[in-house]
Amino acid sequence: MDLFKRYIPVLFLLAVVVSIQLVTHFTETSFYLTQLTMSAYYSVVVIGLCVLMGYGGQISLGHAGFFAIGGYLAGVLTTHNLLAFKDYGIVAFLNKIGLLIDGQSLYGETLLTVHPWAACIVAVLTAGVIALAIGGPVLKLKGHYLAMATLGFGIIIFRIALASPYFGEADGISEVPGFKLLPGIEVSGSFGDRVLNYYIAWGMVIIAVLLLLNLIHSRVGRALRSIHGAEEAANAMGVNTSRYKLYIFILSALFAALAGVFVTHYNGGIGPSEAGVMKSVRYVAIVAVGGMANIWGALIMGIVLNFLSLRGVFGSYDDAVFGVILVIIMLFAPEGILKINPWQRIKSLSALFMKQKEEEDSVEN
Amino acid sequence: MALLEIQNLNRYFGGLHAVNSVSFAVEPGMIKAVIGPNGAGKTTLFNLIAGNLPANSGTIYFNNTRINGRKPYQIAGLGLSRTYQNIKLFHGMTALENVMLGRHIRSKAGFISGMLNLPWTWPEEKLIKQKAMEYLDLLGVADCAEVEISNLSFGQQRGVEFARALATEPTLLLLDEPAAGLNIYETAEIGRLITKIRATGVTILLVEHDMSLVMDISDEIVVLSFGEKIAEDLPHNIQKNEEVIRIYLGDEDN
Repeated sequence: MDLFKRYIPVLFLLAVVVSIQLVTHFTETSFYLTQLTMSAYYSVVVIGLCVLMGYGGQISLGHAGFFAIGGYLAGVLTTHNLLAFKDYGIVAFLNKIGLLIDGQSLYGETLLTVHPWAACIVAVLTAGVIALAIGGPVLKLKGHYLAMATLGFGIIIFRIALASPYFGEADGISEVPGFKLLPGIEVSGSFGDRVLNYYIAWGMVIIAVLLLLNLIHSRVGRALRSIHGAEEAANAMGVNTSRYKLYIFILSALFAALAGVFVTHYNGGIGPSEAGVMKSVRYVAIVAVGGMANIWGALIMGIVLNFLSLRGVFGSYDDAVFGVILVIIMLFAPEGILKINPWQRIKSLSALFMKQKEEEDSVEN
Repeated sequence: MALLEIQNLNRYFGGLHAVNSVSFAVEPGMIKAVIGPNGAGKTTLFNLIAGNLPANSGTIYFNNTRINGRKPYQIAGLGLSRTYQNIKLFHGMTALENVMLGRHIRSKAGFISGMLNLPWTWPEEKLIKQKAMEYLDLLGVADCAEVEISNLSFGQQRGVEFARALATEPTLLLLDEPAAGLNIYETAEIGRLITKIRATGVTILLVEHDMSLVMDISDEIVVLSFGEKIAEDLPHNIQKNEEVIRIYLGDEDN
């Protein structure tokens, strides 16, 4: 019964995803799918951060950094031409075991680059290792201090992306090839793959939601929530609080990095703005609007706000809008504008209805 | 050896000698109370035992294991559980979930198996829930199970906190002023409850201000004053101890 209750909204989400695609197909507005795909990837970052913030009670203003680590590494590894080093030991070895692939640049030049799968794994693992390395010391901090430290991390990644010629400086990385997940299934921005990519992105969201929903309803999830509720008492009950905080920090960083990898392949490139502090603030703002400890709220707001932003509704005031949203939410609705869990709402309404009906029945009898 | 053995424990806060060479032992199965005026170092002593504060010197043995220097969660894992003077429950969670957390050290589903919701975790989760309900029932707060903790009365919260501590199945339970903020009926109720818990084989060490409760239920009493142990005896001897009377009521000349 509990499981049923947990997974019903996921099925509902699946139905919504399919129906949106069908609607755009029949109304010939499938250009919306591009922004919906991007929003889906950003929402993966948001729901990962939601579990860190809302359930684990730890803030991070550096998640755009993890997103950028994933995106940039995938971008660099799949575009950097290794042809000149073909006969050198390590490159030759990688080539031999099939981790490199041949390709052609836009100008017909022969390329030898890292296979997207290998690049993806390297990118995500690197983000995980960095999260492990900085999470250890940083998560000892609390509140503002933790926010400042993670902010500092975000700025470092941003400056590295902006300054390093390997990462294309202000131009970022372009001409990133598609990512063939399976034969016939490729993450790429090409027009013909639009519908496919919409489903890839949403498939990733659904898997992420399922994993996180399971997690927060498990023994470990309970321990995470207890850390948020009263860390000292959680520790006294035998919860290794620092380890759990670190795990959830790494998990959310892995989600961000994976989203970064996919967005980079989808867009065919990545720029330093993806690593910017304002991006991190945006993710935090969206989690706050969604109601902190509410994966569904974070997901819905993640889709809506990112979609509006990507459609250019906020114009040049994009970052300002998210800043204002954060301030307003903190002031007036610290529990988010979707405070009420829609499922509980439906349940309580139906309970009310049943009760009324019972009362009517008893009057009749 | 005693269940809990404290030897020459010292703790300073700057120039304040909060716990001054305190030594005593708690035998298995007894209810031992620590009393003393405000600022005597009782809560500090508890925090030293539970691992929330490091001691400056001295040793604490629990079940023949030296526990000072260990982290609170490690000490909890050895079978020592506690409650707090100002109740520390997990807000944003229901009473049942709070007590379910008490089962944390008695269960083992990990990060990955939780995330994948692997079938072998289901019976464990069911057992956790069932056990938690039993403890809520034992404390008479079973009907608050689904209520978020902030919506409970003070007395009910105390009950939930007790249930959570018991759910860890401790061998030693530290109670920090269990009767604080309770009226005389509730205090008497807590007293009966503590004796009931002891009857299940749990050893209890408590800090308490309420003398009637302490005299009623404890087997032995340790008296602290300004960080020093000034007496350790049976309750009726403590009542007659001149030094104890002096620190509580003052000298006749003053």
